[in-house]
Formats: sequence, structure tokens, C-alpha cells
Amino acid sequence: MNRIAKAFDHGKAFIPFLTAGDPNLDKTEEYIMELVKAGADLIEIGIPFSDPIAEGIVIQEADIRALAAGTTTDKIFHMVESIRTQTDIPLIFMTYVNPVFHYGYDRFFAKCRKVGIDGIIIPDVPFEEKGEVVEVAKEYDVTVISMIAPTSEARIQKIASEAEGFLYVVSSMGVTGVRNEIKTDLPSIMAAIRKATDLPAAIGFGISTPEQAAAMAEISDGAIVGSAIVRMIEKYGKHAGPHIYTYVRMMKEAVSRVK
Amino acid sequence: MSENNNGRYGIYGGQYIPETLMNEVINLEKQYEFYKNDPEFNQELEDLLKNYAGRPSLLYYAEKMTKDLGGAKIYLKREDLNHTGSHKINNVLGQVLMAKKMGKTRVIAETGAGQHGVACATAAALLGLECEVFMGKEDTDRQALNVYRMELLGAKVHAVTSGTQTLKDAVNEAMREWTNRVSDTHYVLGSVMGPHPFPMIVRDFQSVISKEAREQILEKEGKLPAVVMACVGGGSNAMGMFYNFIGDKEVRLIGCEAAGLGVETDKNAATIANGSHGIFHGMKSYFCQDKYGQIAPVYSISAGLDYPGIGPEHAYLSDTGRARYVPVTDEEAVEAFEYLARTEGIICAIESAHAVAHAKKIAPGMSPDESIIICLSGRGDKDVAAIARYRGVKVYE
Repeated sequence: MNRIAKAFDHGKAFIPFLTAGDPNLDKTEEYIMELVKAGADLIEIGIPFSDPIAEGIVIQEADIRALAAGTTTDKIFHMVESIRTQTDIPLIFMTYVNPVFHYGYDRFFAKCRKVGIDGIIIPDVPFEEKGEVVEVAKEYDVTVISMIAPTSEARIQKIASEAEGFLYVVSSMGVTGVRNEIKTDLPSIMAAIRKATDLPAAIGFGISTPEQAAAMAEISDGAIVGSAIVRMIEKYGKHAGPHIYTYVRMMKEAVSRVK
Repeated sequence: MSENNNGRYGIYGGQYIPETLMNEVINLEKQYEFYKNDPEFNQELEDLLKNYAGRPSLLYYAEKMTKDLGGAKIYLKREDLNHTGSHKINNVLGQVLMAKKMGKTRVIAETGAGQHGVACATAAALLGLECEVFMGKEDTDRQALNVYRMELLGAKVHAVTSGTQTLKDAVNEAMREWTNRVSDTHYVLGSVMGPHPFPMIVRDFQSVISKEAREQILEKEGKLPAVVMACVGGGSNAMGMFYNFIGDKEVRLIGCEAAGLGVETDKNAATIANGSHGIFHGMKSYFCQDKYGQIAPVYSISAGLDYPGIGPEHAYLSDTGRARYVPVTDEEAVEAFEYLARTEGIICAIESAHAVAHAKKIAPGMSPDESIIICLSGRGDKDVAAIARYRGVKVYE
């Protein structure tokens, strides 16, 4: 079984995100191990990009901090290699297509396999353009995760039927960031996904409270949380470890209670 | 036509955007295919271009400049005389009219120098749509008058404080806003860039420039020009100026990029000269970037050319050798700006002055039997204060 499937084989999954290199890569490594200890089922590691068009202000600023701290794709690979000696948790990258394309698809995915990255989410590569990425990623056993949006409608069928790993369901219109309320009709989106595939589907964008996470886990296979964690790193900088641990533990418990 | 069905120009172009926007751009392409063949739409657009924007624009024979340079005959395609003062109105009237027919009640736009934002605010006022414009904070400072102009026209202007606070960041923010509110909103992209179908739509609406210019030069000279040239940021006036000459193999097409303080410095926006393959803002093309694919901060005295990428069809025309792209520095552009003012009594946009500067270099070496058409993409009122600053002259506004 590949590692991504394992994230969903023992109940509802909690999937945290953080930006690599914010505030620095040593801290990212430490924080990732806190996420593991707190019970995360799969971890999304953001490769910072100068112009992250799908991100709200919280993650935009994390990307700026990480790049200003001298974070590069090569240094991130190096950090992941070190993390892999400590844990077997599924690890996936989240980034934009240009850092991957410009690095060279072949070179990038070869490195992913070498250091133990299991998958990648690229929000600016939709179904129509995924071919050039997937054909190379596949050669190196890296799973390209597909996204479903509130506006996907009839596209759900074709996206879901070709998806691999799990489906990332975008809860709301707009960019990433904490929201008070999620208004999208997610149950009908989930029903359309279930009709098209047996793959697990997790919901992200806008989730920050245990109640929201539980509500998302109720209708899907897991909850993805980014901005709320990144905000903690923004606030506590190099001392965010215990805060991240406590928060993720609470969130994981909230989704675990959902059967 | 060089694009195939997937909006590709060779390897360039495509639709690299978040899933949230995919149904919208697919629908936009469908709607565009309908309206471009719809006689009623075309008639309304033609009426707006003629009776509101003032088309056709003049093809002016710059006799004094020609004599002074002592070579090829110089013609200026006077897009600066259009309503709102630049070529941007051609695309905007097309897109805003289409948005209205599609049932949209709101348009959003990015702007660099403010020309596209002003044109968009103008069309929205005329056609009764809500308008919001995203403009880099640095640009709202250097083009403060255009901000007020947009507000006078009823638009809301957002000063974008993220990233380098210029055109690229304005595009980022407009795209983010579009994913936030897509059902009633059309994003009026201002250049031949972004995801398909925008590069095609903007080119088609701008191609009126070369359609007219080709007829006008044949009437005046009885033959095609030797050279057609324009400044290039994203590349909309250049694409419009080139398009109907692409099939005329004997006509040389030249795009003039902003070389800022020089292509060898780190202060320029010369994408073809210094860029490499990348995927950004929805398209595969050339971009100024570092070795990890982080988009580079770019610089030009001209806010309209201060963009780290170039439209995908230009990338294709460059690779195939059909068009050539040359760098022009701030200093050369400012000199050309002043030269045209003194020689022909025309104050052109600092963007357009990049093309004038290159014409000054090549015209003397050409024969008097040949002609050059320069696209004068906009007027220079907006730049007067910046040129004064550049020359160290204190102007009290």
C-alpha cells in the first residue's frame, strides 16, 4: 500500500499544512515532527512561491517570510530527506507549477522519490493541463492530487474518475484562509464524488475550529487545515512548537470522534 | 492563425489556473465563439469603436522625423488619439460589451500605468456595469492622476500592497478576486496574456489596429511597409499591430521590450532577452525568474511595460523568428519621448517611446523607398511628471 492510502485507513484523516522555511527550515523540520506526534495522518509541505495566486494573505506572507529566509527547493528536499529518517507518515508537497516546471519535471520528481515525497498538489494545474505533470510524476511513483471546487459541477465526474491518492475538495470560493462560515453545498459535491470514485476525499480551505473540522469529517474522509497553523507560526515564530502540537491534537481528536 | 484548439501557440499558452475558474474560462470561450460571429454584437461593437472611441485611428506620416533621420519613411499609427488615450479601449469595449451580454453585472481589471484601468472604468460607466480595478501600490503612487480618473468614472481602485506592488501583483490580486466572485463578474484582462481564451480574445479585439494600418499604408504608399513595430510588455498593442501583417512575410515585425537600466543589470523587464521558459498567470511562456522558478522583480520607467512575462503568441513568434524582440533602455525611451515631442509635436506614452527609440536606430540605415509603421499605443500626458522627475526638473502640479 502506498503511504497516501494509509492516511485514510484508520478513520477520518486530519491533514495539516505548513510552509517550508517559515520561519526557517530547521524549525519546519521540528514543527513537522510536532504534527506527527500530535496525530496528523498526512502532512502537506508548502514549497513557497513568489506569487501564490490561490493563497490568502496568511499563506502569502508565510511564502514571503520563507523566501526571505533563503529557502530554496533544493534545501527543502534536503530537509525532507532528514524527516524521512524519523517518520513514515505520508508527505506531500503543495506548490505552484512554475517552481516544478522550471526545476524540470524529471529532475523534480526524481528528487521527490529519492527523499520520500509521496504526492503533490499544484493548484494552478487543472484537469486539462495535468498530462505533462502526471506522466513524469508517475514514473517516479509520485501521486498528483486533483482538486474539486464549488464551481466544478459536471467536471466532478471526469476529475474524480482520473484522480489518484485522494481528492482535495475546495470548500469555498476564493483563496485559502480562515472563514467563519462555509456556505458551499458540500454534501451534494461529495455525493457526486462518491458516484465517480472510491478514492477518499478530504475538504480544505477555510477550516480552523474543531467544530468545523468535525463537520467536514462528517461528510467527507478528512479535514485539511493550513492558514490556522501558519497563523500560529506567524505569531509565535521559533516558539510555535507547543502551540502547534496542542492545536493539532485537539483538531485530530475532533475528527476522530466522527465515525 | 497560429493557435490550435487548446489555446496553444506552439508549446506556449494553455490554461494553468485553479479549478475554481475552469468552468468560467471554458464558458467564456464558448460565449466568445458565439459573439464573434454574431452580427448584432459586431455591429454594436463597430458602432462603439467608431462613434465613441473615434476609430479608425490616423496613420500619420511623420515627415519631419523622416527627414531628420534620413532613411525610411516613418508612419505613426495614432492609437494615442483614441478616447481614453490609448489602444486599451479597443479590447475593453469588446470585452465589457460581451460581459454585459453574458449577463455579468460587474467587471474587474488589473492595471499597470492605469491606461487599461481607465479604459475599463470608462466602458463600465458607459455600459452600466460595476467596476473594480487592482493596481500595484507603487503604480498608484507614480500614476496618482489615473487613480483619481478611474474614481471619477465611478470605479473602485484597490491599491495592491503584496509582492513588488506593481503590475504582476495587480494581476495576482485580480485573479484572486475572480476566484472569490465569479458568477456575476467578468475579469477584463488587459493584455494578450493569462489563460486561454484571453490571449486570443485580446489579440482579436486589438487586431483592428493592423487591419486599419494595412489598408491605410497600401492606400498611401501602394505597398506594404518594410517594418512594423510596437512596444511590448504583456504585448497587446504589439499583437494588435502585428496580427494582420503576420502573413506578409516581407514585413519585418519588431517588438521593443523595456530594458530599464540595461539588460545586463538586474533592473529591467526584458522578458525575451533575459527570460526563460515558465508557467505563470495561466500561461506557458517566457518569464524573468530565478533558477528555482521564483518570479523575478522587474523594473522599467514605464509602469505599462513593468511585467515579468510576455503573451504566449509573442513567445511563439519569437521562437519561430517571425517577429524579433529588442531591448530599449529607460534613457533611450526618455530621449525618444522628448524627440517626438520636439520634432512632431506629439507627446506619446513612455511605453510607446520605447518603439520610437528603436525606430530612430534603424530608420537611418533603411532606404527612402521603404516605410516603417510605429504603433503609438498611447498619449503621454500621464508620464509628464515622471519624465520631469527623471530629468531632475521640479514640477508643481
